[in-house]
Amino acid sequence: MKDAFGLSAIYWIVHRELKLTMRRKSDAITPLLFFVIVTSLFPLSVGTDVEMLRRIAPGVLWVTALLATMLSLPRLFEQDYADGTLEQLALSPAPLSAMVVGKVVAYWLMTGLPLALLAPLLALQFYLPTTSILILATTLLIGTPVLALIGSIGASLTLGLRGGGVLVALLVLPLYVPVLIFGTGAVDAAASGLGATANVSLLTAMLLVAGFFSPMATTAALRIALE
Amino acid sequence: MPWFAAAAFCLTVAGLYVGFFMAPTDAQQGDGYRIIFLHVPVSWMSMFIYVVMAFWAAVGLIFNSRLSAMMASALAPTGAMFAFLSLWTGALWGKPMWGTWWVWDARLTSELILLFLYMGFMALQSAIDDQRRADKAGAVLALVGVVNIPVIYFSVQWWNTLHQGASVSLTQAPSMATIMLIGMLLMALAAWMYTIAVALMRVRCIILEREYRTAWVNDLKEIRQ
Repeated sequence: MKDAFGLSAIYWIVHRELKLTMRRKSDAITPLLFFVIVTSLFPLSVGTDVEMLRRIAPGVLWVTALLATMLSLPRLFEQDYADGTLEQLALSPAPLSAMVVGKVVAYWLMTGLPLALLAPLLALQFYLPTTSILILATTLLIGTPVLALIGSIGASLTLGLRGGGVLVALLVLPLYVPVLIFGTGAVDAAASGLGATANVSLLTAMLLVAGFFSPMATTAALRIALE
Repeated sequence: MPWFAAAAFCLTVAGLYVGFFMAPTDAQQGDGYRIIFLHVPVSWMSMFIYVVMAFWAAVGLIFNSRLSAMMASALAPTGAMFAFLSLWTGALWGKPMWGTWWVWDARLTSELILLFLYMGFMALQSAIDDQRRADKAGAVLALVGVVNIPVIYFSVQWWNTLHQGASVSLTQAPSMATIMLIGMLLMALAAWMYTIAVALMRVRCIILEREYRTAWVNDLKEIRQ
């Protein structure tokens, strides 16, 4: 086989996942609706003071994006595991880690990317200035793939377990903390005139590290689950 | 095992004696500093146990050995206890010294994450019914979480926040009086001995639980009676 790194496998998995999601659009739309509704709850519950909303906006948007990602995590492998597709994928000659990468990429295209694109719109509700909105969108664009990558580890570890959803939260949220800190830190740093470069660089570094290591961990966990 | 337990007991008594009666009162912090005799060893152990746990988890994954996975799961509750104690004693110390129970400082936050990691590990293991899958899934999680350890350890140097830097290091002369250092090291050794004793005791229970159908367990003197 010429394709040693499984690039064509990645392509076909992304293609297949996107097609599947397109057939069941509600799967992709529900997390987005969750994101919109929960962020809208905050101004209603803590009051509409402009200064305060501006201050809490990055945190609220980040935490909600994180929760929306986490809630949709079971979708990543659960159905393929239930109907046996996952086992077929594991048996195929292409490397399983390539398939994992493909699945995570497709998952991010369907949840992370729309979240990052939707966030600037929601940030307007919080009276964020334009520069902050741009930085928020940038950090979400870099940060949501990290969330998807780390989340795939949690999703594969809890595959087919009872109470899996709550367990995923317990496993994955502590690992999300650094992403959250630097993601919101970038917006705050920019607002206070320090410049967001340091935080954005750190986020990018996290993306690279997670992109390298998490497919390996996910593959190992999937093989354990399929044993 | 009884020897380790006895050593843990003796070293704790000695360490506490040195800490409370022999070490002089600190010039700046008064008597409140004495909690470091518990706080520092406990924090060290909480990090070190995680590394040992991850090491056993890795051994278990690589060589597919059962005992190493059992060691990893035997260490987790002790590590979680030390992480909790470290936060708790830190809070007790922080109230008179910093004037607050808790600050969102890098080291405190990462120690809290460490506690969550221990809990996640235990929750994952108890959620899986199949023993071998539980061992392996826990091992993968332990290895993923090990990235947090260097972050805790160096957090004081990387971010300049409220938590002070280390006062003890191998390369430089310690920045504290010798008698205080002796007390702290005694307590650290005590924590070591305690960990070894408890982990071995727990691993013995785990082995007996898992192997209760085998002939050698049923041949044990205690079981025949």
